[in-house]
Amino acid sequence: MKKIIEVKDLYTQFDNKIVHAGLNFHINEGEIYGILGPSGCGKSTVLREMVMLQEFKQGSINILGHDISDISYDEAQELRKNWGVLFQGGALFSSLTLYENIALPLLEYTKLDKNLISEIVAYKIDIVGLKAQDAYLYPSQISGGMKKKAALARALALDPKLLFLDEPTSGLDPISAREFDRLILKLRELLNLSVVMVSHDLKSIYDTLDRAAVIDNKIITAEGKIEEIIVMENPFIQTFFKAEI
Amino acid sequence: MSKELSCQSSFSSNQLELSLAGTLNLYTLVTFQNEIEKYLVNLTTLHLNLDGLLSLDTASAIYINSLKQLCDDKKIDFLLTCKDEKLLKTLDTVHVMHLDLEMLVYKEPSFLYKLGENFVLRMKKFSEFLHFFGQISYGFFYLLKHLKSFRYKEVFFEINENAIKAFAIVAVTSFLVGVVTAYQSSVQLKIYGANIFIVDMLGISIFRELAPLLTAIVIAGRSGSSFTAQIGAMKITEELDAMHTMGFDPMRFLVLPRIIALMLMMPLLIFVSDIAGVLGGMLVAKLDLGISVSLFLDRLNEVVAAKHFFVGIAKGPFFAFLIASIGIFRGLMVRDDTQSIGTNTTKSVVESIFSVIVCDAVFSIIFTNLGI
Repeated sequence: MKKIIEVKDLYTQFDNKIVHAGLNFHINEGEIYGILGPSGCGKSTVLREMVMLQEFKQGSINILGHDISDISYDEAQELRKNWGVLFQGGALFSSLTLYENIALPLLEYTKLDKNLISEIVAYKIDIVGLKAQDAYLYPSQISGGMKKKAALARALALDPKLLFLDEPTSGLDPISAREFDRLILKLRELLNLSVVMVSHDLKSIYDTLDRAAVIDNKIITAEGKIEEIIVMENPFIQTFFKAEI
Repeated sequence: MSKELSCQSSFSSNQLELSLAGTLNLYTLVTFQNEIEKYLVNLTTLHLNLDGLLSLDTASAIYINSLKQLCDDKKIDFLLTCKDEKLLKTLDTVHVMHLDLEMLVYKEPSFLYKLGENFVLRMKKFSEFLHFFGQISYGFFYLLKHLKSFRYKEVFFEINENAIKAFAIVAVTSFLVGVVTAYQSSVQLKIYGANIFIVDMLGISIFRELAPLLTAIVIAGRSGSSFTAQIGAMKITEELDAMHTMGFDPMRFLVLPRIIALMLMMPLLIFVSDIAGVLGGMLVAKLDLGISVSLFLDRLNEVVAAKHFFVGIAKGPFFAFLIASIGIFRGLMVRDDTQSIGTNTTKSVVESIFSVIVCDAVFSIIFTNLGI
């Protein structure tokens, strides 16, 4: 299987606090990969490092064949079009409607005409489970769950190969959360998507993840298929996976 | 994998056969679109051959589906050849939906409508400000009754942020304005040989009007805007709501300390501005008009009554109240989007400077009538 992301000896430090002391893992094409761990272990930090929002101290991250620690501006811009990122709070542009939020990357990066763009936007709105009339609302007028769906629609606007999700199901009601899981699985099948997600939602972890890495105490304590991880002797893993679903 | 799309078309007797090879996605779709639109006018049969296609994204699938619909509507025979299961599946799963584009078009309301809307909005804002004024007054009296709950720490913090750190810029601005006023008037005064009257002129204008106004303008730009931005950002991040639910009354923790700090320090800032302005004038008087420092001070003492100075200082707390309350009020008006921080900050500065000038005009009428 082709490796789509490869993280090697990743070392992160904030001032005097060491966050990661040498992380190694890789993500294969078409996989749904989870980054798990206790609060404050630096899960979101790895995600931010992968999407070039944060610099790391040592090591390398290779995404879709680009080494992001040594990448030119143009290459980085090109790479950014190949992934979609869903932030925890949605991070929709508050001065634009949902329609404009989703259409923005299409208008900016493609030469498609307005009608086709509106059809694409309508499709994206539909697959994430929003209604067509929601398109004209502003982010301040909708609920947290809807914001999340709209933000996913925006992340999918350019049909990326790679999707980064930061706690995708947090803040969603259980029904929407399961719908969201199914949606991710469906999208992966449809678009040959690879997904990297940080998650705390056990149900979603069992249902969607192919493989995962558990970060604990600055290093990766477990990596591999979920079934292999659950049986490991590690205080965090034991308490985390023993929790009732 | 090839990133390009090659589009081969053969057109004969109103039959178009298009063979696509390579990658069809958002970026390459335009080539395909253009190719089709060339022939679309009088077509009877359209044959799409996708056998050479390596990949197809949802955007292209949507386009192909809507093309099919278009052909159905125009009674054009539509044929699709594709052996790849995966591509067919993508084509199947997307479905064409139509958004009402009309709703996106902004309809310009009539002038009368806008006028009325504006008027009503402004009246609403004004009554909201009166409400806020009432809240401040209530908070103030509550504070007098419960002196123990007074937030000394916050007040001193705000004094440091908004007054002590502002001394330098207020002084420099006033000094330069003193220099400029003196320099401009010295030209005129020299013509009449009335050099010494520079002292009368500067003394009254700086103490009474220039120093208070200048200080107010600098402080409105410096503190008024920062109050709006700070409180507006706190509102967006729900910090204000959090404070409410935890029983930390924002009035007591955020609003009153800022207003009180500015009201306390404004007279002092005006005093600094007085000194700096007179110093600037003195410098020009010495260099340009040959009036020595001791002569200048003697004359100042003789002709400029102390009341001018006190009138200027007395305006301070009023100006400070206007600047701080408008700044905070505008901060509280921020709604849940980032743009409203910008507009409210602009409005805060403009409105506070405007109201300071109106207040100054009212004062000058009152003082003149009182004979002060």
